[in-house]
Amino acid sequence: MADVAHGVAGPAPAAEHDDVELYHPKSWVTKYVFSQDAKVIAIQYSLTALAIGLVALVLSWLMRMQLAFPGFLTFIDANFYYRLITMHGMIMVIYLLTALFLGGFGNYLIPLMLGARDMVFPYVNMLSFWIYFLAVMVLVAGFFAPGGPTGAGWTLYPPQAILAATPGQQWGIVIMLASLMLFIIGFTMGGLNYVVTVLQGRCRGMTLMRMPLTIWGIFTATVMALLAFPALFVGAVMMTLDRLVGTSFFMPSIIAMGERLAHKGGSPILFQHLFWFFGHPEVYIVALPAFGIVSDLISTHARKNIFGYRMMVWALVAIGALSFVVWAHHMYVSGMHPAFGFFFATTTLIIAIPTAIKVYNWILTLWRGDIHLTVPMLFALGFIVTFVNGGLTGLFLGNVVVDVPLSDTMFVVAHFHMVMGVAPILVVFGAIYHWYPKITGRMLNEPLGKLHFWVTFLGAYAIFFPMHYIGLMGVPRRYHEMGAMAFVPPSTVDLNIFITVVALIVGAAQLVFLFNLFWSLRRGRPSGGNPWRATTLEWQTPETPPAHGNWGKELPVVYRWAYDYSVPGAAQDFLPQNQPPEPGVTEGVRA
Amino acid sequence: MIVILTFMVVLAGFGGWWLLRQGLASKPWLEVGIPGEADWSGPAPRPTARLGLAAFLTVAGSLFALLVSAYFMRMGMADWRALPMPIVLWFSTGLLMLSSLALQTTVSAARRSELDGIRSGLLAAGVSALAFLAGQMLAWRELAEAGYFAASNPAGAFFCLVTAIHGLHMLGGLVALYRTTVRAFAIPMGSTPQAIGALRLSVELCATYWHFLLVVWLALFALLMRWADELIEICRGLLT
Amino acid sequence: MAIAVALALVVVGSVVFHLVSPWWWTPIASNWGYIDDTLIITFWITGVVFAAVVLFMAYCVLRFRHREGQRAAYEPENKRLECWLAIGTGIGVIAMLAPGLVVWKQFVTVPDDAATVEIVGQQWQWSYRLPGADGRLGATDVAHVTPENPLGLAPNDPHGQDDVIIQGDQLHLPLGKPVKLLLRSLDVLHNFYVPEFRAKMDMIPGVVTYYWLTPTRNGTFEALCAELCSIGHAFMRGGVVVEPASNYQAWLQQQKTFAQLQAPSRTQARN
Repeated sequence: MADVAHGVAGPAPAAEHDDVELYHPKSWVTKYVFSQDAKVIAIQYSLTALAIGLVALVLSWLMRMQLAFPGFLTFIDANFYYRLITMHGMIMVIYLLTALFLGGFGNYLIPLMLGARDMVFPYVNMLSFWIYFLAVMVLVAGFFAPGGPTGAGWTLYPPQAILAATPGQQWGIVIMLASLMLFIIGFTMGGLNYVVTVLQGRCRGMTLMRMPLTIWGIFTATVMALLAFPALFVGAVMMTLDRLVGTSFFMPSIIAMGERLAHKGGSPILFQHLFWFFGHPEVYIVALPAFGIVSDLISTHARKNIFGYRMMVWALVAIGALSFVVWAHHMYVSGMHPAFGFFFATTTLIIAIPTAIKVYNWILTLWRGDIHLTVPMLFALGFIVTFVNGGLTGLFLGNVVVDVPLSDTMFVVAHFHMVMGVAPILVVFGAIYHWYPKITGRMLNEPLGKLHFWVTFLGAYAIFFPMHYIGLMGVPRRYHEMGAMAFVPPSTVDLNIFITVVALIVGAAQLVFLFNLFWSLRRGRPSGGNPWRATTLEWQTPETPPAHGNWGKELPVVYRWAYDYSVPGAAQDFLPQNQPPEPGVTEGVRA
Repeated sequence: MIVILTFMVVLAGFGGWWLLRQGLASKPWLEVGIPGEADWSGPAPRPTARLGLAAFLTVAGSLFALLVSAYFMRMGMADWRALPMPIVLWFSTGLLMLSSLALQTTVSAARRSELDGIRSGLLAAGVSALAFLAGQMLAWRELAEAGYFAASNPAGAFFCLVTAIHGLHMLGGLVALYRTTVRAFAIPMGSTPQAIGALRLSVELCATYWHFLLVVWLALFALLMRWADELIEICRGLLT
Repeated sequence: MAIAVALALVVVGSVVFHLVSPWWWTPIASNWGYIDDTLIITFWITGVVFAAVVLFMAYCVLRFRHREGQRAAYEPENKRLECWLAIGTGIGVIAMLAPGLVVWKQFVTVPDDAATVEIVGQQWQWSYRLPGADGRLGATDVAHVTPENPLGLAPNDPHGQDDVIIQGDQLHLPLGKPVKLLLRSLDVLHNFYVPEFRAKMDMIPGVVTYYWLTPTRNGTFEALCAELCSIGHAFMRGGVVVEPASNYQAWLQQQKTFAQLQAPSRTQARN
């Protein structure tokens, strides 16, 4: 017998009024360029992010070439190398991952998954993208500025970030900071939209606990980003003033290159606090949408409800809240008060518990499932491996005293690439293979997708797993060449060459993916509206790709949670969220 | 960072309280159908714009809390020398209060659909807000002439930064206020209450924003006037 | 199918790499063996968890991969299982955190009998200062820095006159004596890092930071800068020589004090 808590059986009337007044595009420009349709904005965000991400990928090849074959590419010197690491890090973390997960997936999925016609403030949403685009353009301009882009490291630590010995001190650093400020302004506009849309834009019947975990992840991450980005904004404004006006927010009195500077009384560690107050939540801003998306991928392709949905939601919220009280674990060896170490080590390791629960629940979702090894599923499995690996090495670095020998070594580089580089990117790929049919109406080519997966997953693991051991030996990060280090065995050079070769291969595999994206646009197999037989609302749109306004005449009404897969007694192995319960038909025992 | 952490704890409190009311403990897989209207916890019939403003104010609040945090941290260092505060700040504080008050009366006028009251209220609020900004500029000039904005004086730099960011928020508010005022004057006298009612939401949003700016300014003012010094001493005691 | 095998191979490969690869930490030369112990505990716990989780996942994929006519089970949650998993994780976390905090307590508690050595970083070289006969370091300020007084000692501070200044040479430390390293920077962030000592800490201009250790092995060790300090970062190397107390005293006798270093410049000034 169906255990129906709220006994409204049969189809209910659609929502009486439609809150969002739709903006109707009148010309090509307002339809595709200055569009206010969240779906178009999502694609604009995604393409811009992927394009600038491709630049960062090329930068990483150059870096790896330098590390394995120092001096082979003669144009790479210390100056050039520091520019590479700075721009690679900044682009990947902020302009690619943050923009793609929130601006790209957020814009596309929030209205569709919640049964809304569009975001609640479409005009602001459009502005958000164009300011982001401007931020990217400003960032790119840094490459062509006199003196080149900044080489201060992605953390931009003062005082060196604005001193003469650092590459890009003239223009590069100012351009970088300006671009960050623009990004934050643009993001805030978008972020307000996502939050208010989740709160206000849900269709009838869509309670919070019926939302797919993708939305929970994006929603929590957006709230965090809205609160965390102001810290970076404040830091960026202050540093810009230090650099341009000569104030002393972060600049103590120092002797740089034998010359005494006019600054006096600033605190470099204040910047570190501001930066990491943003920087640590930023890790989860990237991770939480990935958590959400991967939950949906696993559930859909294993044809089984996500295990422990409530626990998953609580864990997301708990991780989001806790991540605001762990920032100083990036600063154990920064010279801050040592007593902080006890507090921040404890909070950091506590986060491991909700995170571990998420991992268990993903795997328990596979247990007794009906696992279809589609390309999105493969990427989801790859994500779990790399995320577990990177998360566990996080326990080394979070445990204050273990961090002491490892901090600032290649171990850290390996750790964060595994956990917030490779893992979220695998989710991005999985998500693109999953939702591409909805966006274009065609499937991505599967053999190419599998090739892409195998090379990317195994390659990325082979790059970053051995890298931990280079750090364990004590090789510091941010060295453009190791030079002679007595404590490092010569075979380390071979390991570096191996890593570089694999990195180049993995990079090349991304070209296969790009080719697939464009090739399938015209030649892919037509997908139909719901190729994965998924339950969530975005697969139930009357048209594929969804038309302007998403839902035709009537908004959908939601009757059930997002994970009704393989419900006992149901004819199909999935029940879409907007499928009304049939009166008199039992759906089997649910408990 | 105590200030921003306190801010975050308060937010987390609100967030947690709100989430608890959303049925986080319910078992959604047991509930098929549409939840009854009584416990339908979906979107409440409040205007979306008001929620948007509330969200924005939270973000702006976080920005100011961070600024204050940074200010506290810097003040806690041994070589801090405070600035003498220009008298004109008292006047600008008064002007901002006046501006806020004017908008509050505008809100009540809008609720009574009195177009006269709305127009005069909006004008008064705009003029006093502009006067507030002028007052801030005067304070800046006074300090600059006294030489407090040298590179070696972090207190001067913080004063500039804090007042400038507050002033920029005020300027943004003035744009919204200007648009509302234009709309108020575009309505012919003697219109129906319905036509005037369309203004009400804009006026209310402006008023909320102004009150927020006033509260932030009062907090900043207390900080700049060193009324919060004892609080800082307590915080420093906690840390050491 | 292939993915299940691949997942299992990832685990086996990682474990084999860990066990047989030649890349492992350098032999320790300080008292911070505790840090290594904590690290080993963490390696064991995380290694077991990694292997268990990924192998179980591989098993699930193999066992429950799609076959014709198969249907997934319907199981929204299992409170008991989730509780036990959470508790187990909590125990694992405590097993790593507790020793970590205990060792951190030792790391930040400098023993009373520790000798003091100041290390000064500037782009891109290390200098050292020992307290001299009176056992106290003199006051410093960047304002005092001149070519003759590169570390910025206060010229009028009597405690500073006998401070031993070492520039362009390696730092020597006596074996088996705890030493507190005071870290000071004249320009940007640096970090004095000797891999064999395991310890490290940033130096911040305007602030004096510290850490302590007891050297436990004779030898010459390389010191690196571990905090990005502009283009010369990778070349900012130094050396630490750990030697028996007698050799150390012999070395110390040859070093010049601040007053001695100032004397020639003063005579020049008088002429």
